[in-house]
Amino acid sequence: MIENQQRSYSKSKRIKNILKDVFTNPYNIIVFISLVFLTYLIIVPLISMITSTFQVAQGELRRIPGSQVGDFTLYYWQRLLASEFSMSTLYKPLLNSLLIGVCVSVFSITLGSGLAWFMVRTDLPFKKFFSFAVIIPYMIPSWCKSMAWLTVFRNERVGGSAGFLSGIGINTPDWLAYGPFAIICVLTVHYYAYSYLLTSSALRSINSELEEMGEIQGAGKATILRKITLPLVMPAILSSVILTFSKSIGTFGVPAFLGMKINYYTISTMLYSNIKQQNTSLGFAISIILITIAAMTVYINQKIIGTRKSYETIGGKGGRSTPLRLGKWRGLFTALITAFIGLAVIMPIAILFLETFLKKTGDYSLSNFTLHYWIGASDPAIAEGEAGVLRNARFWTNVKNTMILVVVTSVIATIIGQILGYISSRGRKKVSGKLIEQLVFIPYLIPSIAFSAIYLSMFSTRHGIVPALYGSMALMVVVSVVKHIPFASRAGTSNMIQIGTELEEAANIEGASFMKRMLKVVLPLSKGGFISGLMLIFISIMKELDLIILIITPKLATLPYMAFQYSNNNNNQMSDVVAVIMFSIVLVIYLITNKVSGADISSSM
Amino acid sequence: MGKIVLKNIDKFYGSNHVLKNLNLEIEDGDFMTLLGPSGCGKTTTLRVLSGLEKPQNGYIYMDEKEIVNCDEAHYEAPSKRGLNLVFQSYALWPHMTVFENVAFGLTIKKIPKEEMKRMVENALERMQILQFKERYPAELSGGQQQRVAIARAIVSAPKLLLLDEPLSNLDAKLRVDMRTELKRLHHEMGTTIVYVTHDQIEALTMSTKIAIFFEGVLTQVDTPLGIYNNPADLRVADFIGNPRINFAECTGRVKESKFIVTSSFGEFVFDSSMLKKEGGENKEFPCVIGLRPEQIEIKRKQEEGCFAAKVYTSQPAGSETLITLKAGGVTFLAKEIGIANYKENEKVWLYIDPNKVNVFDQESKKLIKYSV
Repeated sequence: MIENQQRSYSKSKRIKNILKDVFTNPYNIIVFISLVFLTYLIIVPLISMITSTFQVAQGELRRIPGSQVGDFTLYYWQRLLASEFSMSTLYKPLLNSLLIGVCVSVFSITLGSGLAWFMVRTDLPFKKFFSFAVIIPYMIPSWCKSMAWLTVFRNERVGGSAGFLSGIGINTPDWLAYGPFAIICVLTVHYYAYSYLLTSSALRSINSELEEMGEIQGAGKATILRKITLPLVMPAILSSVILTFSKSIGTFGVPAFLGMKINYYTISTMLYSNIKQQNTSLGFAISIILITIAAMTVYINQKIIGTRKSYETIGGKGGRSTPLRLGKWRGLFTALITAFIGLAVIMPIAILFLETFLKKTGDYSLSNFTLHYWIGASDPAIAEGEAGVLRNARFWTNVKNTMILVVVTSVIATIIGQILGYISSRGRKKVSGKLIEQLVFIPYLIPSIAFSAIYLSMFSTRHGIVPALYGSMALMVVVSVVKHIPFASRAGTSNMIQIGTELEEAANIEGASFMKRMLKVVLPLSKGGFISGLMLIFISIMKELDLIILIITPKLATLPYMAFQYSNNNNNQMSDVVAVIMFSIVLVIYLITNKVSGADISSSM
Repeated sequence: MGKIVLKNIDKFYGSNHVLKNLNLEIEDGDFMTLLGPSGCGKTTTLRVLSGLEKPQNGYIYMDEKEIVNCDEAHYEAPSKRGLNLVFQSYALWPHMTVFENVAFGLTIKKIPKEEMKRMVENALERMQILQFKERYPAELSGGQQQRVAIARAIVSAPKLLLLDEPLSNLDAKLRVDMRTELKRLHHEMGTTIVYVTHDQIEALTMSTKIAIFFEGVLTQVDTPLGIYNNPADLRVADFIGNPRINFAECTGRVKESKFIVTSSFGEFVFDSSMLKKEGGENKEFPCVIGLRPEQIEIKRKQEEGCFAAKVYTSQPAGSETLITLKAGGVTFLAKEIGIANYKENEKVWLYIDPNKVNVFDQESKKLIKYSV
């Protein structure tokens, strides 16, 4: 009897203590806030997207007799998957996208990891220059590259004005200027930078003693590469496969520039034109198919790597690294890499830059050179009276818009990313850490266009306490922040993992509260990684076109959008001017932060 | 500080049962070493004690005060337990100077500036690193970092000091120096110390008490000599002592108030009062005899009560000589102080004091005859 009483007494105390612990533990509080935040901004949009493909929308009221808005329907899916439009709206674009995705992945991963191997493991000369030059493509938006492509290969039949080759008398065939070949080339030159960054940091972490051991055992250089080095960097290569594949099937800019004009559609440009034509539900259905494909890639990738083979970069001791001698091949490879950089990195920028000075495109005679597109006053004879970019008031507004968007977004996204990174690095064995890790990954799978489409429909009207956001900078910031959360939190995680938990525990024992531990220990130590992560997101948002193209309004236009519009109006030179300026801003900011803080974007990948 | 009592502590990581029903008492002023091979739960015990880990079952009392009560989910915060911890990795904050590292806890307690400066400098002085107070941890050697970590832990004069393998990252010479210093520190401050190590020399030389763990189970708690002389079971006997203890399989029998142990090289007769095993009279049971190398005395001439043996090899090492011997098919290692010259295959006689011999039960692996 007495025992019983004691037990019930301790039980109430137990509940009280557990509740007190749960609600006063700051870790739990940030987990809770993060979960609410992620649910509201990721799960809710995703679900509302899925449900809206099963509900009759205003636009289809007449096509579905006797229905009311919001009724359950399979109309959209039936139309998408099994109707006379299916071939042109889904299957053909889907095949195009898959072809592009597979080719781009194969080429850019071969290129990127090959370059990474040369840069990290061999005695290639001029490494400092090369390793900077090869990541420049990461800083140039992919649509800039497609503009450069057009500048070279455009012909008068489709584009309206002549490109560089047509200009000097070489007639380029259509298949070279537009369509899958062009898209694959441009995307490869863009995405190889991702696998370069991922693979080179994996290679750098391999202790060369592992390779030397192979040599002692009598293995040749090729065998060592195949049997030791490659398996060790395989996880990095495979994760760049998902990155490249899902990005290249979801990307909009390049296929829009290089495909839409000849009616070559990929699933993402199809998605764009459907949403633009107010066929939102159909667009969402296409998005869901895209997401499914991306999710399948990730799933297959995880099946292949498994948990046993994802080596945590081998002890982290790095160790001594002896570069491999290239011997007589050294000259040849140096020449090849120089040629590649010349063709893929320097030439596009140079040609783009050159074209900004041409009064009429394709004519490279000296008399045709002008500064009109940079600083000229409005002249009705040129470009429908559009003043030179630097004189254009709209340009300066757009610069301001871009800077506000980029700064606000990258700061917010990085802070959130660090917090989420903290949770997942400290909660590796807890449910909370694993859950957050899965949740933050979702935006990665949703194609940018679909993502902004959902947000557009979600926030176009008042939503509880959230006011209607359409036409506001806030909406653009929210979309950009959420879409970049996977990157930001990845950067955050790799930053937080470096800060040993014992440093925090030591402060805990000294009696420092959670806030104090954050301010005095975690924050000062995470500065470097914070800035690297910020840079990564800064550059990424600066280039962003896919994500904001649907939600942008003229008042809020950014530089990428301005370039896109100029190009759409066949005003190529002004489009080039904007692109060149944008690229310069990114490059300068990157160089400054790199010098000042030693921030390294590759460390946040 | 009074007694620290750990009662029925269970700790799981997922389904991994790391601490199994741990009961341990630490007296005021003890230098208690938690000793065991890696993965035995000694560091977990330390972390449970510090409050960094929460056990799933059990109670902890300090000074009669309940600091952990798992039934009521009551866990006192680490900083409220009046203890401090030195981590294996030292866990010095790399962005703070030596002074700031040591002063951190005091600034949180809002100690006045002057007082704080005095306390910090006092602690640094005691660890002989006052001249480094403006340096950052990265600018110090491993041994100096170690001293900073200890200074940080002792600056607020904790009632209990926890040390997690503090010497494992130091080279051999520094380790011996720090051992001396830690022992002095304990003596001067009178603080209770709980010290985790897998190094038996550290444990034997520094502690007042040793707790030996195997696979999450506390196997024995005793003074260093107590453990050395009377290891509770075969595993402890094998773990403690360098060079290792000699084991020889044999048969035990109790007959007419005598406990007789027969082995292939000879017979020991003990008074049966020394036997700590319940057993039927006249019944033979398998057991293992345990002999420390220094308990074997080598004679060149045959004497009363000696066993015949043959020298296998002899390894003189200056201050001591290790001699491998064979007797009745069993190999023994003996240790003699100073330089001794034995030839291979030389015939010798071994004297073994029966009082010092340990006998273990083969079946239960437990010690059944104590050394006196």
